[in-house]
Amino acid sequence: MNFVALKMLFGDRAKYMMLLAGLTFSTMLIVQQGSIFWGLMTWSQSGITNINAPVWVADRNINQVEEIKPLADTAVNVVRSVPGVEWAVPLYKGVQRARLRDGNYEQIALVGIDSSTLIGRPHTIMEGRIEDLRAPDTVAIDRLAVKRLGGPEKMHLGTTFEINDHLVRVVAIVYAQKSFQNFPFIYTTYERALGVTPPERRKLSYILASPVEGLSPEKLAQRIHEQTGFGAYTGEQFGWKTIWWMLENTGIGVNFGTTVLLGFIVGMAIAGQTFYLFTIENLRQFGALKAIGASTGMLARMILLQSFTVGLIGYGLGIGLATLFGLTAGSGGALPFVETWPLLVGVGVALLMICSLSSAISIRKLAKLEPAVVFRG
Amino acid sequence: MNQHVESFEQELSHWLVRARGVSKSFGQGDTKIPVLKGVDLDVASGEVLFLVGPSGSGKTTLLSVIAGILESDGGEVRILGESIQELSPAEKTNFRRDHLGFIFQQYNLLPTLTAVENAAVPLFIRGMKKSEAIARAEEVLLTMGMGERLKAVPSKLSGGEQQRVAIARALVGEPQLLLCDEPTASLDGETGHRVVEQLCEVGKHPDRAVIIITHDSRIFEFGDRIVHMEDGRVDQIQQGQEDLI
Repeated sequence: MNFVALKMLFGDRAKYMMLLAGLTFSTMLIVQQGSIFWGLMTWSQSGITNINAPVWVADRNINQVEEIKPLADTAVNVVRSVPGVEWAVPLYKGVQRARLRDGNYEQIALVGIDSSTLIGRPHTIMEGRIEDLRAPDTVAIDRLAVKRLGGPEKMHLGTTFEINDHLVRVVAIVYAQKSFQNFPFIYTTYERALGVTPPERRKLSYILASPVEGLSPEKLAQRIHEQTGFGAYTGEQFGWKTIWWMLENTGIGVNFGTTVLLGFIVGMAIAGQTFYLFTIENLRQFGALKAIGASTGMLARMILLQSFTVGLIGYGLGIGLATLFGLTAGSGGALPFVETWPLLVGVGVALLMICSLSSAISIRKLAKLEPAVVFRG
Repeated sequence: MNQHVESFEQELSHWLVRARGVSKSFGQGDTKIPVLKGVDLDVASGEVLFLVGPSGSGKTTLLSVIAGILESDGGEVRILGESIQELSPAEKTNFRRDHLGFIFQQYNLLPTLTAVENAAVPLFIRGMKKSEAIARAEEVLLTMGMGERLKAVPSKLSGGEQQRVAIARALVGEPQLLLCDEPTASLDGETGHRVVEQLCEVGKHPDRAVIIITHDSRIFEFGDRIVHMEDGRVDQIQQGQEDLI
């Protein structure tokens, strides 16, 4: 009867299109909003992922990566003294002002990395050499900085500009994941970062550390915390800490959660109502099938097949449309859009629930349907 | 009358349907309405039986009880020797699937299926392969002069054509008992006459019985017996073209 079920589904074009539109819209909305949400969460921890250190050491009260609570310079040696630390280097991170040649100012995220090892440098160097940061008054800038500080014609290798009245020269253009605050990243050495920033008693933002071979980053982080009292986290732990802080302290979670729920409810309402209408309008036919000898189980399988078929098509179309949106609106990193497989699996499960629940309403009706209905003229 | 009926019964070699004391009421308490009041009815193999009577006389209820889609309150219905009341709901469904054919007043064809696909539905229900089922349905439709309309959907068919598809659907599974509920009610006189003529031509078979509910006296000529119901009881039985007895 699969063939009959599918012909009933595709033959009623108006209802099929209505169902498909509802499920496609629902999928697209959930995937699109879910991907933007995860994109924002990715941006929120870009300060961690761009650096990619095994262990981050910070003030014990730190909440998230952008919340700088500076440490004393001596903290680096304290961490180095913990057994199991292979290396530990300082990192400066802070928002500063860059002055452009045209006199305009732009806020930037300044990152100062260890000059001898260059640990904390970005993964991808697009132009120039990151090693040239060891030369005096040099910086590496990311693509967003190129765009914000004048565009590729004005901002390229060799260009100079000022950070807090200190002249610096661009020696590398790098790829860095955008930050939640959307400030361009400017990389320089730790010592130069201290030099170009206003005087403070403490300027050490983080200490990056790595375990010796055979010791896991989790164990080392725990050990550093226990022996020094500092907050110490693996990159992943620190990333999740940042994400949870974002969810608890901003409306992002509620906002996106509401939209995703709305997508679920809209899909559920349209699919449920259309399926029910479809069943009601074909009640005599279903009654005839029951009289002829189709069991309730057989009719239930027909309804489920119809539901899951249109659900699968809607799922594919919805994901396709959401991906197309991501590729166009989010091209070049303009929009935070990260489509992950757990999200797609989650949406698949949600759609499965929508299809099952909307089918259940129809199946319930059919289970109660007396075949004698066909003998009532 | 009883003597006449008994002699008629004795002539028939094999009873397909035997109903004894069948009663059925609808509603509860003070509003309970008895619709069947101890109906006895036998239908033999090879017989075409018309069930006639005014509206509310219990014809459709009796047909539904015989088909096992309504539970009777009392009495017994045996079809092919099987007591319908003793079957579980699932067994009743399977029994209908394997032994009964239905023709409805409103045809109840699936609107998105073609004529041949509609006719093949009982075979799909039995789990037959699509190609085999379609081939078998085509054969039946061809015998009914529907060769040109195999691929037409119900909305493109006339009332007579739709009823012929419904007849093909009822016959395709080669049922032993064919139950027809006012098959000509939605058709004009001439078409109705032709449809019943065809129904009796293809439906009449030594191993099969046909029960037809109708108000249409013009088709009585096709029946072996005409059973008249009145107020929930079998009132009169007429054989063939004889006067009501």
